[in-house]
Amino acid sequence: MSTKILIVAEHDGSRLNVSTAKCVSCARALSGAEISVVVCAAGAAAVAAQAAQLAGVARVLTVENPANEHALAAVLAPQIAALAGPFSLVLGPSTTYGKDLMARIAGLLGAPQVSDIMAIESPTRFRRPVYAGNAILSVEADGAAKVVGTVRMASFEAAGGGGSAPIEKAAVSVELPTHTRFISVSAARSDRPDLQTAARVISGGRALGSADGFKILYSLADKLGAAVGASRAAVDAGYAPNEMQVGQTGKIIAPELYVAVGISGAIQHLTGIKDARTIVAINKDGEAPIFEVADFGLVGDLFQIIPEIEKLVS
Amino acid sequence: MKRILVGIKRVVDFNVRIRVKPDGTGVVTDGVKMSVNPFDEIALEEALRIKERGGAEEVLVATVGPADCQQQLRSALAMGADRALHVQADGIIEPLTAARALLKLIEREQPFLVILGKQAIDDDNGQTGQVLAALWNRPQATYASKLELVGQGSARVTREVDAGLETLEVDLPAVITTDLRLNEPRYVKLPDIMKAKKKPLDALTLAALGVEQRQQLKLVKFEPPPQRQKGVRVKDAAELIEQLKKKGIL
Ligand SMILES: Cc1cc2nc3c(=O)[nH]c(=O)nc-3n(C[C@H](O)[C@H](O)[C@H](O)COP(=O)(O)OP(=O)(O)OC[C@H]3O[C@@H](n4cnc5c(N)ncnc54)[C@H](O)[C@@H]3O)c2cc1C
Ligand SMILES: Nc1ncnc2c1ncn2[C@@H]1O[C@H](COP(=O)(O)O)[C@@H](O)[C@H]1O
Repeated sequence: MSTKILIVAEHDGSRLNVSTAKCVSCARALSGAEISVVVCAAGAAAVAAQAAQLAGVARVLTVENPANEHALAAVLAPQIAALAGPFSLVLGPSTTYGKDLMARIAGLLGAPQVSDIMAIESPTRFRRPVYAGNAILSVEADGAAKVVGTVRMASFEAAGGGGSAPIEKAAVSVELPTHTRFISVSAARSDRPDLQTAARVISGGRALGSADGFKILYSLADKLGAAVGASRAAVDAGYAPNEMQVGQTGKIIAPELYVAVGISGAIQHLTGIKDARTIVAINKDGEAPIFEVADFGLVGDLFQIIPEIEKLVS
Repeated sequence: MKRILVGIKRVVDFNVRIRVKPDGTGVVTDGVKMSVNPFDEIALEEALRIKERGGAEEVLVATVGPADCQQQLRSALAMGADRALHVQADGIIEPLTAARALLKLIEREQPFLVILGKQAIDDDNGQTGQVLAALWNRPQATYASKLELVGQGSARVTREVDAGLETLEVDLPAVITTDLRLNEPRYVKLPDIMKAKKKPLDALTLAALGVEQRQQLKLVKFEPPPQRQKGVRVKDAAELIEQLKKKGIL
């Protein structure tokens, strides 16, 4: 029996976010899944074309409306809820976009939501982390007609390309609220790889001491083609912007290589890096908890070690 | 009266080392320190500051849960809330149930602002605020790191999103959920704890509110997460690079 799954695409108006390809991989873990992707946008053509290429997608639905220019959950949710009828599972990414939106859809549908799906074992059985990843919970949707879910990004590889799904315009006629208005977004554009998808990440903690202190990490990161992350303490102190925060309340990442520099390794930070392939810790305190999870630990002063490493990899 | 409603959830304190019960039915909570969910303390702090600036007249805190939750409501009263509502309910309270109960309280109390945490650090669901806003058909501004009331009828909210900081304007009433950097909650002083004992704390039940306690997700099994292998210590930068190269990482 096939399970009809609707995936809510994340995009910036022109480019599909890789988070959508990860949702497709999650959905494909169910044999016989019939996967539709919905793109809500002001103009959806470019993004829909990218979604249509994802391997495993059966069709792409587009919902075009000038009100969809900015991703406002209050505006998008009723449109997606109106389309959800035929689907038993409605998935979106566990990014700030998806977390904000999907629960509003669940509310409109009166459906249960499974947050941060890390494995999908049947159309109604899922595994997800709770208690900041200190326990893994299996849940069963007991007789619910529909389940909404957000997909944990670090648990799935992006689906490949090569597909050519048909693209259909979906007719949605719902009244859209005007009570929520987009004002601005300040995105610090950098040439470094994106923190959430980078193969290598170097993160700094409170020990970096200042925004200036972080420069030695940027410099090393550029040599290694790495993204730069930060602990909450470093972000709170203003050494790094909030979008760089790694951890329970920041980004959950799964790079090939994670280098924690001057980070103690609080549980809330470790939650964000559990799925990294290799963890390197550099800390002057040999007792720091970060060493309990590090594959390679180096005890010493970061201000001496980081420049040495940079020289060695140059 | 200009009123702010703040949602409070009782959770295992964030400093507690979580242990999964051997039989997989949950995590160990016997003898474990319980606290107000940290994001809810931030929500309450924000409400108190708005009131102190003259933007509100009353801060009301509410929780849906078993009798023990009254401890956390008392903590909230000690922090400065004026009044507390306890909706008595045992067992698992899913976000939809909590939101339905909060909506009933909203209908009674008519707050112009509702502030919740962005997630509870036990279930890590991160849903209740959005579900409530959907049921209420009102704006939501999640992951707030800055909140400003604009005139009478709207608020400007800066949100922490993956791309950076987003600013929204929402008409009131609205649901706001808090991120960590919105503020730093105040410490409670001893005299405030005494004073809190005299503040009103009313108890209700889900049934009296007309809310059915449905459980749509069965908690089948809790397991400890896979442990990482303990690694090795290297003596200097050169050895680190050598090891990483040997493993094919660099
Ligand atoms: C609800 C909640 C959610 C949270 N979410 C997150 C989250 O998402 N992400 C997160 O990171 N934190 C989070 N935290 C905070 C977390 O508990 C820690 O406070 C934080 O991670 C500490 O950051 P840090 O390791 O940079 O700082 P510290 O704990 O102060 O550690 C600094 C480290 O640097 C080392 N050091 C100092 N000088 C040097 C030097 N010259 N060379 C080498 N090493 C040096 C020290 O030995 C120390 O180990 C959260 C907390 C709460 C309550
Ligand atoms: N049972 C409850 N009673 C009161 N508020 C709650 C309850 N459950 C959740 N909340 C609020 O909703 C927020 C998000 O919770 P959750 O969706 O469970 O992650 C919490 O930080 C609280 O502010």
